[in-house]
Amino acid sequence: MTERIIEIKGLWTQFGGHTVHRGIDLDVHSGEIMSLVGGSGSGKTTLLRQMLGLEKPARGEVRVFGIPLHGSEPAALRKLRDRWGVLFQEGALFSALTVYDNVALPLREMRTLDEELIHDLVMMKLSMVGIEPLHATKMPAELSGGMVKRIALARALALEPELLFLDEPTAGLDPDRSESFVTLIQELHRELNLTVVMVTHDLETLVALSHRVAVLCDQRLEIVGTLDEVVANPHPFICNFFMGERGRRVLEAVKAVKDVMFIT
Amino acid sequence: MPDPKPQPAPAPELRGVTAADGTRRLELSGAWNLQALEHRLAELAPRLAENAADATARWDLRGVEVIDHAGALLLWRTWGRRRAANLVLKPEHELVFRHLELPAEPVPQLPPRDPLWAVAVVGRKMLSVLDHLATMVMVLGQVVLDTAYLVRQPARIPWREISASVYRTGTQALGITALVGFLIGVVLSYLSSQQLRLFGADAFIINILGVSVIRELGPVLAAILIAGRSGSAITAQLGVMRVTQELDAMAVMGIPHTLRLILPKMLALAISMPLVVLWTDAVALLGGMVAANAELGIGYRYFLSSLPDAVPIANLWLGLGKGVVFGLLIALVACHFGLRIEPNTESLGIGTTNSVVTSITVVIIVDAVFAIMFKDVGIG
Repeated sequence: MTERIIEIKGLWTQFGGHTVHRGIDLDVHSGEIMSLVGGSGSGKTTLLRQMLGLEKPARGEVRVFGIPLHGSEPAALRKLRDRWGVLFQEGALFSALTVYDNVALPLREMRTLDEELIHDLVMMKLSMVGIEPLHATKMPAELSGGMVKRIALARALALEPELLFLDEPTAGLDPDRSESFVTLIQELHRELNLTVVMVTHDLETLVALSHRVAVLCDQRLEIVGTLDEVVANPHPFICNFFMGERGRRVLEAVKAVKDVMFIT
Repeated sequence: MPDPKPQPAPAPELRGVTAADGTRRLELSGAWNLQALEHRLAELAPRLAENAADATARWDLRGVEVIDHAGALLLWRTWGRRRAANLVLKPEHELVFRHLELPAEPVPQLPPRDPLWAVAVVGRKMLSVLDHLATMVMVLGQVVLDTAYLVRQPARIPWREISASVYRTGTQALGITALVGFLIGVVLSYLSSQQLRLFGADAFIINILGVSVIRELGPVLAAILIAGRSGSAITAQLGVMRVTQELDAMAVMGIPHTLRLILPKMLALAISMPLVVLWTDAVALLGGMVAANAELGIGYRYFLSSLPDAVPIANLWLGLGKGVVFGLLIALVACHFGLRIEPNTESLGIGTTNSVVTSITVVIIVDAVFAIMFKDVGIG
C-alpha cells in the first residue's frame, strides 16, 4: 500500500474563455517517478503549476501530502512548501544573489541552522550536482544555461525535499550532462526515496527515469501507466510521440542497452 | 480504498548506553532529516559533541528510520569529518553517507579590502561618469548619422514607431500633467496674490503667473513628469529587451538599434514634449486664473485680455524650445541607460532609477543654462 503524495480530482483550468484542462484525475504515489508528456501547449507546465499551487483551478481540487493547496491554513501550506523542491524550466535563480547565496537561501529561511552547517550543506549540494567550489561566488548571469540548471537543482534539493518537481530538466543540456543528470536523479531517488514529478520532451530522459507516464492531450489525460502500457496505446498523438522515427530509435536503443545489461 | 496520509516523522533521539565491559554505545533512532532536526538541533548538537569526544564509542544507527544528507552531515561533522570507527547502520542508509566522503575543497575567499578603497571608489565613479558621457555622445552621433540617412531615404522613416511613441509619451500624459499643472497654478496664484495685496499691486498677478508659468514652470514641470513617466518606461523597455535577447535578435537581422528604437523615441519626445508643455502652461494658467479670481476678484475676461501685454510672446517660444530640448535629452538619457542594462533583475532596477534621476538632473541643469543664455530675451 503506497501513500498518495499528490491527488488531483476533477481538475479544470481556464484562462479567460480558454480551457486548458477538462476534468483531470491523477494520483502520484510515494517514491515513484511520474512523467508528464504532451505536445507543446497541451498544458503540461500548467498542470505542474497547479500541483505547486501557482494557478487556481476553475473546478476540482489538488492535494499534496493530503493538504488541499487552496483553502488550507497558511501555516500548513508553509510547512508543505518545505517538503517539496522545484526546478523551473529556466532555473529561476535569483539574479541578485551569488550561486552560494541562491542555494543557501532556503536553508537560511529556516532560521534554525547555523552558518557553518549551512556552508557545509550548500557545498555538498553543489558538489552533488557537479558544480566546483570556485563557481560558488559567481553571479547567475556569469554562468551557462546548463550550469544555471544544475545550481537550480541544488537549490531545489537544499531543503532535502520528499517531493521534487522538474520542469524540462534536461532541455538545454548537452547529451553528456543530460546523462549525468539522469544518473543523479536515479541516485537521489534511491538514497532518499524521492517522489519525482517531471515534465519532459526528452525521450531518453523519459525512458530512463519514468516509472509511470501520464499523457496529456486534448485537455485530458489520455492515459496514465507504465511506459509499455503507454506505448501500446493507439492514440495518434502517442503513436507520433513514441513511434515516430525519433521515438522508435530511442526506444530501440534503450531496449538494446537494457538487454545487454541483462545478459552481462 | 483507505486513504493513508503521510505520518509525521518520529523525532530524532540519541541514547547513550554503557555496556558491561565499559565501552559506550550510542543508539540513534527516529527521523534524522532536516524537517525533524530543524527544531531539535539546538538540543542535539551539544549532546552529539560531548559523545563524539569518546573515540572508542560505538555508533548504532540501526534504529534510524529516515536519514537525509543534512542528518548525515550533522553526524559527519560530529565525527570530525570522517566516518566513525565503530559504526553500524542500515544498508540502505549507506548510500547517504557516500556523498560526504568527497574531499572538502576550500571556497575561494573574497580578496581582502584595499586600504585605498575610498580613493578607488571615487576614481571608479569618475571613470564611470566619463564612460557614460562618452557612450552617450556615441549614441547621439549615431542618431545624427541615422537622421542624415533618413533625410536621404525618407521611405525608411519609422513612422509607426514615432506615432506610437507620441501617443504613449504625449496623449497618455495629458491627465497627470493637467492635474499637477492646475494645482501648481492655484498654489502659485494664491500665495502670490496674498503678497501682492499687501502692496496693492493686485494686477501684477498676471505678469507673475504668465512669466513664471510660460517661461519656467510649465516646461520644467512637464519635463520632470515626462522623465519620471516615459523615461523610466523607455529604460525598462530596452532593459527587458536586453534580458530577453530581443536586442540581439534585432542586431542579427541587421536592424540598427539606434534607427528603430532610439531615433523614433527621440523624435517622438521632441514632438510631444512642446505640446505637453503648451498643455501644462494652459492648465496651470487656468488654475492661476481661478485662484486670482477667488482671492483678488480679477475677472476672467480682464485676465485673458491683459495676458498678451504682460507676457511678451518670446517667452512662449522660449518655453516651447525648452520643451523640444528637454524631450530630446530625456529620450537620449533613457535610451542610453536602457541599452546599458545587463541581463539581470538588479541591473534593471538600478538602470531605471539612474535613468530617471539623471534625466531630471540634466533637465534642471539645462534649464539653468537656458536661463543664463536667454536672460535678455522676453523680460521687461
